[in-house]
Amino acid sequence: MALSPPITDLEQLKSHPAVGRLLEWNPAAVTGVKFDRDEMTIYVDRAHIREVCALLRDDAGFPFNFLCDITCVDWYPNEPRFEVIYHLLSIAKKERVRLKVKLSGASPVVESVTSVWAGANYFEREVFDLFGVRFTGHPYLRRLLMPEDWEGNPLRKDYPVEGYR
Amino acid sequence: MSHLTPTPVIDGVQDKTMILNMGPQHPSTHGVLRVILEIDGENVVRIMPDIGYLHTGIEKTCEAKFYQQVVTLTDRIDYLCPLTNNLCYVLAVEKLLDLEIPPKAEWMRVLLNELTRINSHLVWLGTHALDIGAMTVFLYCFREREDILRIFEMVSGQRMMTSYFRVGGLALEPPLGFFEKVRDFANRFPSKVDEYENLLTGNPIWGMRTKGVAKISAEDALALGASGPTLRGSGVDFDLRRDMPYSGYENFKFNVPLGKEGDVFDRYLCRVRELRESNDIVKQALDGMPEGAIKADAPKVVLPDREKMKTQMEALIYHFKIITEGFSVPAGEVYQAVESPRGEMGYYVVSDGTAKPYRVHMRAACLANLQTLPIMCEGRLIADVVAAIGSIDIVLGEIDR
Repeated sequence: MALSPPITDLEQLKSHPAVGRLLEWNPAAVTGVKFDRDEMTIYVDRAHIREVCALLRDDAGFPFNFLCDITCVDWYPNEPRFEVIYHLLSIAKKERVRLKVKLSGASPVVESVTSVWAGANYFEREVFDLFGVRFTGHPYLRRLLMPEDWEGNPLRKDYPVEGYR
Repeated sequence: MSHLTPTPVIDGVQDKTMILNMGPQHPSTHGVLRVILEIDGENVVRIMPDIGYLHTGIEKTCEAKFYQQVVTLTDRIDYLCPLTNNLCYVLAVEKLLDLEIPPKAEWMRVLLNELTRINSHLVWLGTHALDIGAMTVFLYCFREREDILRIFEMVSGQRMMTSYFRVGGLALEPPLGFFEKVRDFANRFPSKVDEYENLLTGNPIWGMRTKGVAKISAEDALALGASGPTLRGSGVDFDLRRDMPYSGYENFKFNVPLGKEGDVFDRYLCRVRELRESNDIVKQALDGMPEGAIKADAPKVVLPDREKMKTQMEALIYHFKIITEGFSVPAGEVYQAVESPRGEMGYYVVSDGTAKPYRVHMRAACLANLQTLPIMCEGRLIADVVAAIGSIDIVLGEIDR
């Protein structure tokens, strides 16, 4: 069975509730979309991520009220280097959406969503710990898994798998 | 949302409270969880879990392995439910590959997953009761757990680190006598759950230690990303198996037990009822087990049978290629979530088109569930902290990865 190619045309995906809602609110916040393997991805402008999350959470008709996960992918040596990924779930409508924010390698900074979901606390700390992405507005941005005095961010692609010895 | 209590900061000099360290080597923290308590006499003023003692860098290791090798790593994440981890990972890779899985393999996966859930809940029930002081239940639970581990050993050759699911199907045909053994267990098991319940559910001491203790509201649980019995204990009706079915769960009928109060007792009841529901699913899987292949028809991904490999040139070539160079997976990304005994376990797999995953991330249910601990414990007694930790059923291997 051949895979169908991903749909990246914004016009075709306007009917998706999250995309429609965001475009209605501020078209500049959405920088791209992708529908691949039955999964919806929305690329969000870095400046708007917290507002986008709050908007999707509080939407009356189609609330994405559950934050599953925040993680990051390092595309070193490409730029923009980091992608921070938010997986949202609508418990009422049983639907998932993935938000992505692209960050440059020189200053990987993005606004924290802990004020929207308190549960983002550990997820953001983990990303900070393992990738070195900073979350502004996080109440306690410190290493979560690695020791406090560890140098480097192990999940970055330029960090060797066997570590520095 | 003022629930974020990141650290027990000592504001100036306060003679009233003191800092107490609990763990990381403490029997009631179920592994190596360290909890920093700020206490005022017996009362907990603030609590901060400190994790990372079991961090082994599995996500980084995955990036250096072939797709089929990662299966064995997934066992080690949540060591109480290795088969659930296996399932979640292979489903994610199969989604990337767009593979069709034969029905027998899917039903076997459901069957073994529910046995895993029973296994995991038995360990939880035994240790949770032991923490609170009910010693007998622990011995009874491990008696039944032993039966399940023997079933796992029979089917996969391993008691705990099973690695029985492979991308594209199962590793081996289930052996002769396997289904009879599982049926025998499934017939016996409900009476054993009665035994546990006789010891605990109506027991006034158990009730005093658990009822009204470590409460969490549905709103708080949702905001903190709690899932599984921790969320359902607060009355949120959501189970991935029923609401977003995977691996053929839509063919099974079962109830999703719910709590009301969100206290330790409700979470206990949810899980104990889940034991019975899982046993029901096991029986349904045995009754309806389809015949047929256990591996997908995809020679470039699935290893050929031993017999074919030794008699057919083509099979030998594929075998050699898969072992030495792995199989390449089309570029893309998927997030696959399954209902693990602890909640939503999710695997986010990114492929760049090569034979090794570009990134594998595990969404650990426990990591989010652990964040509920401060709300549950603040203002309560130290003894309730032990009950609360047991009731969210943490596995540190999954939290730290």
